[in-house]
Amino acid sequence: MSSPTSSFPGAGALRETGRLFALGLDVTRSTIKRPFQLREFIQQSWFIVSVTILPTALVSIPFGAVIALQLGSLTRQIGAQSFTGAASVLAIIQQASPIVTALLIAGAGGSAICADLGSRTIREEIDAMEVLGVSPIQRLVVPRVLAAMLISVLLNGMVSVVGVMGGYFFNVILQDGTPGAYLASFSALAQLPDLWISEIKALIFGFIAGIVAAYRGLNPSGGPKGVGDAVNQAVVITFLLLFFVNTVLSAIYLQVIPAKGS
Amino acid sequence: MGVEVVVEDLSKSFGRQSIWKDVSLTLPPGEVSVMLGPSGTGKSVFLKTLVGLLKPERGRIVINGTDLVRCSEHKLYEIRKLFGVLFQDGALFGSMNLFDNVAFPLREHTRRSEAEIRRIVLEKMEMVGLVGAERKLPGEISGGMRKRAGLARALVLDPEIILCDEPDSGLDPVRTAYLSQLLIDLNAQIDATILIVTHNITVARTVPDNLGMLFRRELVMFGPREVLLTSEEPVVEQFLNGRRIGPIGMSEEKDEATMAAEIAHRDAGHSDGSPDEDIRGIVPQLEPTPGLPERMGVRRRKDRVMRILHTLPPQAQRGIIESLTRDEQVRYGVFAGAGVGGQGATAVTGTLVQEPVTGPISVVPPQPSPRPRPVPQQEVVRLPDSEWQPQAGQLGEPEQAEQPEPPSAGSRHRRRWLGRGGGA
Repeated sequence: MSSPTSSFPGAGALRETGRLFALGLDVTRSTIKRPFQLREFIQQSWFIVSVTILPTALVSIPFGAVIALQLGSLTRQIGAQSFTGAASVLAIIQQASPIVTALLIAGAGGSAICADLGSRTIREEIDAMEVLGVSPIQRLVVPRVLAAMLISVLLNGMVSVVGVMGGYFFNVILQDGTPGAYLASFSALAQLPDLWISEIKALIFGFIAGIVAAYRGLNPSGGPKGVGDAVNQAVVITFLLLFFVNTVLSAIYLQVIPAKGS
Repeated sequence: MGVEVVVEDLSKSFGRQSIWKDVSLTLPPGEVSVMLGPSGTGKSVFLKTLVGLLKPERGRIVINGTDLVRCSEHKLYEIRKLFGVLFQDGALFGSMNLFDNVAFPLREHTRRSEAEIRRIVLEKMEMVGLVGAERKLPGEISGGMRKRAGLARALVLDPEIILCDEPDSGLDPVRTAYLSQLLIDLNAQIDATILIVTHNITVARTVPDNLGMLFRRELVMFGPREVLLTSEEPVVEQFLNGRRIGPIGMSEEKDEATMAAEIAHRDAGHSDGSPDEDIRGIVPQLEPTPGLPERMGVRRRKDRVMRILHTLPPQAQRGIIESLTRDEQVRYGVFAGAGVGGQGATAVTGTLVQEPVTGPISVVPPQPSPRPRPVPQQEVVRLPDSEWQPQAGQLGEPEQAEQPEPPSAGSRHRRRWLGRGGGA
């Protein structure tokens, strides 16, 4: 329908945001609608894993290492070496791991989803599907978004493990930390809810990455060039949203869940 | 039987640019219609609006009593199952081979066994001449094959409405002829309502029962094929003959100066390459392949057209009457050389050949048809104002043809059949 063309500054951005949310709602609603596209879901999950798993592992090792090195020298300065392990575990699980996961899901998985849907849109495949009485949201978007969510939760676990191992390696081998103290301090500060929030963040980030990629892919602006632009925008928008949502979630978590020992 | 599609006052624009406005027409059930128009007049947009892919700003599209513009999404998906749409490039799914593409609607919407699906798919593939190409991917075949595969996919659910977006583009004339024959045969077999959007003149002249034309953001006309094929409207004449001289320009419209310059060139002896012959006029319509059942749409259309005959322009009337067989002329009470029964009869006499058997002027009031006539008449012909428009006094009135009444009764409703344009 023709929307009344309001012209105050930022109207366009608001409209796009509204449509993005509408797509998010549609996807959520279609998720529980039968039939579920299991085959497409598995294919997409496999596809996302295959493009993200290696880069994620490779990124998470230096990420864990950087945190360990930084914290190692910091704790030595203030004489709290025994807490090095605890601090680095907290940092990796709560912050680093979901962010690394999300960046790779958005950068590798999301861009592929966006390009795929975008080229289908300009080839009129999406129109053809709608005309054949099949909802492209249910048939194509839902499996992709769910796959992005699942894979980001799984990858998050992997990043946590690889990151902690990387941290251990750098702290113990390179900075001459004490292995026992490093491991023993794990449970000094970290607690189970830290892992939960990490996984919840990954789940939400996966959802956002999937929705943004699908939204930009379904609405490319004219021609093959438009698809390229859409992919670019999808990645940038996802990154911006992810960091914002991460801040909000972290703030809420720190308010709601009391720190260990307090 | 196919489904009737009623379009009322439809307007569509993208932003500030109006594509077309106030389009009203009825696709009669089971008949083949063609929408003509120069490139860029929104023919494809019209097609996409008909299936609900684009939302018009105003107007209604009524199919089976449901307004497609305003119904719920769920309902829209239900109604779309009645449609088979052939997109310009076939719009095949690039990741699937041809077999899976054609089988896609069956797998999504029916619970048939794989063996049954295979049988149906192969049958449709054979219909469009693609046997042996089932395992090919859409990227590996030619544009014409993609188009035919797209048609096979559109047909696989036995649609009641078939929409074709330029079935001829990218096909050679021979393949276009085969495709036209295929569509007519299909219509004979499943009696589907068909709308073809094209700018191919051969298709427009030989295939449809009804013909319409879009130009300058509006529907120039839509009605029985004879009306457009014999029209004096300059746009129609130019388009059918493929000339440069006329209102259609390289960009959609021509300005006065260009038009004057072109006419000056022509008068100065410059040949614009277009043949002098005028290919307007009614040519025989394509018939189903022998052996197939008769097209029911043709018979229904004949009854319908005869009922509105007196509202049509004289040349169209003449053409229609001349195309009837003697038996039909007797049945409908019309004769070559005479108008329709009723008070409008004198309109088309004059230079016409007189029917020797029946005397100088044969005026026979409309007779009840020997066969039961279908459904009350609809106003299918919605003609815009133009110079060839029949004068109100000369021609009668749709209502009148159904129930013959004293001539004076009709004049109260005169010109109601005019669709728009502030008639009367």
